Amino acid sequence: METVQNNCAIELKGITKTFGKIVANDGVDLQINRGEILCLLGENGSGKTTLMNMLSGIYQPDSGEIFKNGEQVAIRSPRDAYTLGIGMIHQHYHLVNVFTAAQNIILGMEDQKMDLAAVNDKVKEICDRYGFNINPRKKIYDMSVSQKQTVEIVKVLYRGAEILILDEPTAVLTPQETEKLFAVLRNMKKDNKAIILITHKLAEVLDVSDKVAILRKGKYIGTVNTKEATAQSLTDMMVGRAVTLNIDRPVYSSIHDKLEVKGLTVVDHEGIKKLDDVTFTAKAGEILGVAGIAGSGQKELLEALTGLYPIQSGSITFIEENGQRKELVGKTPMQIRQAGVGMGFVPEDRLGMGLVGSMGMTGNMMLRSWRNGKGVFFDKKNPQALADKVWKDLEVVTPSTAFPVRRMSGGNIQKVLVGREIASSPPVMLTAYAVRGLDINTSYTIYNLLTEQKMGGAAVMYIGEELDVLLELCDRIMVLCAGKVSGIVDARKTTKEKIGLLMTTVGGHKEKEVKEDEEEAENE
Amino acid sequence: MSEAKTPFIRLIKRPLMNPRKAMAIRIGSIVFAFILGMIPIIMAGSNPFESYGIIISGALSKPGYIRQTVKRAIPLLGAALAIAPCFKMKFWNIGAEGQITMGAIFASAIAIWFQNSLPAFPLITLMMLAGLVGGAIWAFIPGFFKAKYNTNETLFTLMMNYIAIGIVRWLQGGPWEGRPGTQIIPMFNDNARLPNVFGIYCGWIIVLIMVVIVHIYMNYTKHGFEVAVIGDSINTARYAGMNVGWVMMRTMLLSGAICGVVGWMLVSGANGTLNADVAGGVGFTAITVAWLSQLNSFAMIIIAAILAIIGKGSATLQTKLNVPASVADIVSGILLFCMLGCEFFINYKMVFRSKHEKEVK
Repeated sequence: METVQNNCAIELKGITKTFGKIVANDGVDLQINRGEILCLLGENGSGKTTLMNMLSGIYQPDSGEIFKNGEQVAIRSPRDAYTLGIGMIHQHYHLVNVFTAAQNIILGMEDQKMDLAAVNDKVKEICDRYGFNINPRKKIYDMSVSQKQTVEIVKVLYRGAEILILDEPTAVLTPQETEKLFAVLRNMKKDNKAIILITHKLAEVLDVSDKVAILRKGKYIGTVNTKEATAQSLTDMMVGRAVTLNIDRPVYSSIHDKLEVKGLTVVDHEGIKKLDDVTFTAKAGEILGVAGIAGSGQKELLEALTGLYPIQSGSITFIEENGQRKELVGKTPMQIRQAGVGMGFVPEDRLGMGLVGSMGMTGNMMLRSWRNGKGVFFDKKNPQALADKVWKDLEVVTPSTAFPVRRMSGGNIQKVLVGREIASSPPVMLTAYAVRGLDINTSYTIYNLLTEQKMGGAAVMYIGEELDVLLELCDRIMVLCAGKVSGIVDARKTTKEKIGLLMTTVGGHKEKEVKEDEEEAENE
Repeated sequence: MSEAKTPFIRLIKRPLMNPRKAMAIRIGSIVFAFILGMIPIIMAGSNPFESYGIIISGALSKPGYIRQTVKRAIPLLGAALAIAPCFKMKFWNIGAEGQITMGAIFASAIAIWFQNSLPAFPLITLMMLAGLVGGAIWAFIPGFFKAKYNTNETLFTLMMNYIAIGIVRWLQGGPWEGRPGTQIIPMFNDNARLPNVFGIYCGWIIVLIMVVIVHIYMNYTKHGFEVAVIGDSINTARYAGMNVGWVMMRTMLLSGAICGVVGWMLVSGANGTLNADVAGGVGFTAITVAWLSQLNSFAMIIIAAILAIIGKGSATLQTKLNVPASVADIVSGILLFCMLGCEFFINYKMVFRSKHEKEVK
């Protein structure tokens, strides 16, 4: 007991943080030891990043205490955090592109003389000690993602951090780069540093960590020794018990294939694979749920299907009612529409992609019909009629159909968007986080509208984040992990735990390996 | 724990203000601007009320003055109409100056080459078409590079201005020079000059027609809708199936074409010849006109008129009271500042930290 006490690098007690009405952290206790890698595990929105931001001085807790080496400390700014030896490597790097690695590393250190040669030497020394490999004279814009991450880590070490927080560091890395990073982390552990790792990939958690702390909906669930944990036991702690929502789920009489996707692969502008060999079929008369940790490729999937995201390889085939097949890859959104393929799409970014914030309902209805109308003039009558209909049918609260949608509440904005997209009863209906930020009533309105579409014979895809909703609303659920399909399951037969496990297992079929690891762990 | 201090003044976004109150604030800001404008006049050693009186009478009291004021307003209004669609699209075309100049060069080329062989009507029509093409080409170049390579349109259009003006200088001193050594291009023959209507060249009729056309284009056409959507969100435009790059290039073509027409009117109507000062800052002042009228083409008539009155009136002020004419620039600058500033108060309200609030905390 004595040794554990001495080993404790930092301790959080009863940390609570609220944003408006949302409780991001609710009385969280956490203890981080030197020479140990602690994984912080939790679903989206479970409060991991908020908690870490309080350690690194970006937020201040509403209540609770932080102890370093047994002494209570207040971390009011990132500078305070540095002074206490806490360094965080964020998911999105904070580097100046036109500066070299060394310049970035000393950026913002006031007492630092601009003696770059000395800086270079010290950087070299840090690199050698932990097994990094970077050139301090290289400019950031010439670096790969993994090198940029290395610069961030060295930056933190350079400032003498003893406690390192890494927020999903492996999300942007290839498996080989991940291996390298883990080797470095193990070296740091040997050097008696305390490391906190946020990751969603269970295989990695089991591979690299000593302890796992679990958060769920802002609450601290517990800490377990990795040796005693299994993928399943961690998932169970993470997702919690299933909640019954009583969403109506009728069965459509003649389910048939509608949209066939094969080997879909897309790459973003940084060269990272966002979708990797994705294959599935969306069926008419079904809601196909898509589950996955945020950023597993959901957004890219829907944008690729609608012609908005460049596709590297694979095929997307639309199947007409008469069996005729139409290939959609290589077509622009307008060409897809002109080919007679009706697709409704409710994007995640409602005002930034689905709607024009400065226009009223009528102008927004026109987004789908602005090409109709005589000659150079647009037709305003039909969109006006549609706006009036949506206003009445979906009970949108707005003073008029000319009132800018940007000024409406979130729920009403979503009603305008969904109302427009289902208006033409498209055979394919794609939705991303359709109920995010909405109250219960509006959420149920949206569920019912989507189910109506399904019962009208549409193939509906529902990207969601709440597993309870996916389980009750959808007919089948496809799980994505790091851009790959890790499984497609029958929503009526599966469990929350199974989906949770798939969400954190790249490729899905690695399950076996995980089990072998568990056995090994048990043997030890 | 850490105690976050409430700032002394906080800004809160207002719900939509009723139009009447908003209009009152706007008018108030104009009045305020003229009160502030008195300070430089007093510093120049004159009576501000007398000065304002002279500005107004100097611009409007005689038919001759009115003609000159209108002559100032025509290119201002035309250029503001030209840049309005670009600004609606959030494409910052500050190259109206160069596009006007290029239109003027093209129109002048036709005049110089054909004024001895063509009668008035075909010659002037040809000059107009040439001006239109010249302005359109000059605007298309930055539009193309923005659409294809995402270059910065502000810098690009700005630089294009100086190239166009440089070309005129070269023409003035080289191929088109009149008497050697003068650096002046001779006046065009009468058949290359726009006829007068009510004593002013007929450009005023043309810009008024353009006001109506631009208004319809922006508010009732598919093109206008595309421009508005792109201005709000490029992603939404892509989502709706719009070809964003093409719309940008097309809008720049249109904008440049209108500028080119303005350039044509300046050489064929106002000046009767071409010189490096043909646009004379109109392309920049037009930005003020377009902003102050919030891209509403009818409001542009009023704003262009106000700026023309201040400009013409202060020229009179200089001769009569020996107040420098640059006072006009100062007053219009203050006017711009106040009118743009008042939009801020229409959208936000200020909340001062009160004792009551502290207690609540």
